[in-house]
Amino acid sequence: MTNAASSPVRDPWHAANARGWRVIDASLQDGDVDLETDVVIVGSGAGGGTAAEILTQAGLSVVLIEEGPLKTSTDFRMRESDAYPALYQESAARKTKDKAINIFQGRCVGGGTTVNWTSSFRTPEVTLAYWQRTFGLAGYSAAAMAPWFARMEARLAIAPWDVAPNANNETLARGAAGIGIPTAAIRRNVKGCWNLGYCGMGCPTNAKQSMLVTTIPGALDRGATLVTRARALEFVHQRERVTALRCAGMDSDGVYTTARRLTVRARAYIAAAGAIGTPALLLRSRVPDPHAVVGKRTFLHPTVVSAAAMPTLIAPYSGAPQTIYSDHYLDTLPFDGPIGYKLEAPPVHPILMAITLPSQGMDHARWMRELPRLHVEIALLRDGFHPDSPGGTVTIDNDGAPVLDYPLTPYVWDGVRRAFRTMAEIQFAAGATSVMPIHDKGAAYTRWADARAAIDGLELSPRVTPVMSAHVMGGCAFGPDPRRAAVDPQGRYHHLSNLYVLDGSLFPTSIGANPQLSIYALTARLADGIAGGLVPARPRTRD
Amino acid sequence: MREDLARFPARRTVLIAMLTRRTFILAGVAGGAALAAAYWFRHEREAQPVTGALVPLARLDTGAPAIIGAIVPVLLAGALPVDPVSRPVAVNETIENVARAVSGLPPAAQRELGQLFALLDFAPARIALTGVTSTWSDASERDVAAFLDRWQASRLMLLRSAYDALHQLVFAAWYGNPRSWPAIGYGGPPALAA
Repeated sequence: MTNAASSPVRDPWHAANARGWRVIDASLQDGDVDLETDVVIVGSGAGGGTAAEILTQAGLSVVLIEEGPLKTSTDFRMRESDAYPALYQESAARKTKDKAINIFQGRCVGGGTTVNWTSSFRTPEVTLAYWQRTFGLAGYSAAAMAPWFARMEARLAIAPWDVAPNANNETLARGAAGIGIPTAAIRRNVKGCWNLGYCGMGCPTNAKQSMLVTTIPGALDRGATLVTRARALEFVHQRERVTALRCAGMDSDGVYTTARRLTVRARAYIAAAGAIGTPALLLRSRVPDPHAVVGKRTFLHPTVVSAAAMPTLIAPYSGAPQTIYSDHYLDTLPFDGPIGYKLEAPPVHPILMAITLPSQGMDHARWMRELPRLHVEIALLRDGFHPDSPGGTVTIDNDGAPVLDYPLTPYVWDGVRRAFRTMAEIQFAAGATSVMPIHDKGAAYTRWADARAAIDGLELSPRVTPVMSAHVMGGCAFGPDPRRAAVDPQGRYHHLSNLYVLDGSLFPTSIGANPQLSIYALTARLADGIAGGLVPARPRTRD
Repeated sequence: MREDLARFPARRTVLIAMLTRRTFILAGVAGGAALAAAYWFRHEREAQPVTGALVPLARLDTGAPAIIGAIVPVLLAGALPVDPVSRPVAVNETIENVARAVSGLPPAAQRELGQLFALLDFAPARIALTGVTSTWSDASERDVAAFLDRWQASRLMLLRSAYDALHQLVFAAWYGNPRSWPAIGYGGPPALAA
């Protein structure tokens, strides 16, 4: 048990009572709860948190519903065994339908922003241009979005990171330079970062400017109500309007729903439960969906991993986890041609490494003993820009739980093979003594020529080649054409007049970069518009 | 694995039958009906919990700790301490951590794992699927390693996914334990105190 009084870090949530914050833990309720508000938001991540602050700033009353627990800096002990079950969807073991892709998604107050690695990129111009041209999103040019990026960058202290990269990231930069491809520094949303390396387990120093320490406290200061451990079951709707949101309390472990029901009646309803949760909620609600677009075109930035043993100490678990990237294999390929990929370095901690490494017994143990000398790279593939990259589909099972089916197509595997080749080449150029493309064969190579030959012949197929994703996007695309988009360009669901979607599920393709800043800026712009539409009406008037 | 399946058609039948819960529809396929049915009658209650009900690991299948206990020393060979005092402690803590991890998974995943452990606890299914002829407590590390290797390389997605689940659970359970850290040179998280 951490003693808050002795900690050098101030936890803003310890002053919650003093500040008059209204926080309801639905797992502790004795009876059913009914709430009325101007706006109810499902999900407290990048979209929901951003919207909550902007709507309360406009003078609207807001209820924020979060399925996960409220965990704060005092709880963040930098231990994977605590963090994954407490802060991630399905204990960080969420999988696609065929179990071929492991998905890392936050489930806690602050959502993914509480556990992400702080990488902040504006939506690439090529992505926005593609949306304008292909999905009719005329108002979404880079110029039109620029003020919204600037606003959220200011709000979340997104800025260049001036500290030297840790050795894991420095090795990526050095190796890339060795093969003649450019890298650049990643901007981060931090204030007074201690450079510890544990962003993925919740920032223990509150340096990371996640929703947990920025917009959600901001909304609570203006009277918002936060409900934790409550699962949104469905939007009740009739005559093209949502009339209520029905939720169930979760048990204290967050596994089963309890008998407690929570009903929220609002003027406007916002789904911001992430790109798996939001489509699933709409499907459970049986919203009108005449063109069957809800849950379609879900994108993941499918990600593969290459591990390298280095001759020197890397300590890949230490220091800001993600500070160097290369877009060379995005920028030099036509965006609608063969799939391109972004290169980054991940933090490497014991559990994450152990479950990622193939093999067992002595082979596995030998690589684990290399941990302090490991340099690990990841390649994130840019999906959704090609007819052969239609993404996945979210449906619901008999329990109403989401299921994501994401077929890994030859188009994706082609990119995986090129990415393995690139990463191995970079790693050898940086001086690696041994490189292992993460693959069931578990083979490692001590020479670049051998690695290249092996990668060219590697069997690439679901489950033989582990694939992961930390970026779930799409599934409720926005756009003017209801035959292709679930949501209009203002964020309103095409077929229900007071239902909005404000999260990464809006994206009609993947982003081609870590998506947090794209979600912040887009949802800020849409929330501002929604606030403008609601404020002139008399507050608290019910239809 | 393909030839294994040809030799033991019951393997495919039982696993598909149990893991997809369409037992009787598929049980007649490929001649494994008797085995599947025998399994079904024995385990129906335990293996098919009411949706949403609490199903702790211990109730899903009382054999689960022995199964995990047989797998742990094989997956973690070279990682577990070897001295006779620390080793059983490490093994037991790993088993407990697996059980705790399972209880935190969503209901559907708990049901699937419950079915897997129930199946492996049923001797005819264990022999057909894994080739391990002794009970789990008496199983040799060689036999266990052989079946894990076969499952990992299997063309049958269900066996491969069962292997992946065991791999993920056991390695997370051990490497989340600070006892595992000295051997891999990880000093643990830094102290925050100023």
